[in-house]
Amino acid sequence: MLTCKDFLKELNDYLDEHCEPGLRRELEAHLGACPNCFVIADTTKKTIKIYQGQEPKAVPEMVRFRLLAALERKMQERKSSDCASGEVNRA
Amino acid sequence: MPDPAPAFDESALVERARNGDDQAFAELLNRYDRKILRLAKNITNNEEDAEDVLQEAFLKAYTHLADFKGDSRFYTWIVRIAVNESLMKLRKRKSDKMVSLDEPVDNGEETVTREVAVWDDTPEIKYSQEEIKKILDESVESLPPIFRSVFVLRDIEELSTEETAEVLGISIPAVKSRLLRARLQLREKLTRFFRRKGDNVFAYL
Repeated sequence: MLTCKDFLKELNDYLDEHCEPGLRRELEAHLGACPNCFVIADTTKKTIKIYQGQEPKAVPEMVRFRLLAALERKMQERKSSDCASGEVNRA
Repeated sequence: MPDPAPAFDESALVERARNGDDQAFAELLNRYDRKILRLAKNITNNEEDAEDVLQEAFLKAYTHLADFKGDSRFYTWIVRIAVNESLMKLRKRKSDKMVSLDEPVDNGEETVTREVAVWDDTPEIKYSQEEIKKILDESVESLPPIFRSVFVLRDIEELSTEETAEVLGISIPAVKSRLLRARLQLREKLTRFFRRKGDNVFAYL
């Protein structure tokens, strides 16, 4: 019979559905008999779900503008150096 | 029902970008900029640093695109760049207190779970979107960096255990043990807000 400590050790794999069927059955049997572990498993699962349900917010306009401007400069630099090396190659 | 969103072929875009198609790189940026900004904010705990990280990560990715081997996802690669930049910012801000992902944290002790209380089925409806966001952000921010970075990568950005280990340069067992601690600590923090009214809270070891 699993102890609560054993259960906690396996909690991640249980929640991520990464455990072997035999172990999963043992963990579920423990959950059926231990209200504390049942609540811990349930609320940990809800913790993960609530974070995963959050969409990232949009990048602020000014930050995006700054990023695109810096990237544009890099792109121009690369084009100029590609052109220069092309001219050297042709020479 | 078919997915109405157009298919996103990351490897084809990366290939085009590697061959000098800047529009393809811009599409990769459009796809991931919000996620990278969120990731950087979650690791640095600082809005300005996160904005700098976003910019530095995409500029580095563009400059070093030729070095990208294609044996992992482009997303994992840019996440790794952003995590490194974020950790550098974090270290700079805490120069008196070195931030390391390698510091030993496990002393073999089990995580102690103190608050055990049933949550409402949909606890988030008790709060406005803004309030929920604040509660979630502040709870993640209060985790130590070594737990926070693992939680952010595994459970918010949804990288696999292997990808998280690769990005952070730590072992798979370290990812697993830190993730467990992070999840349990967050669960406990959120219980204060989401527990069902009138539910008993009792000690558990």
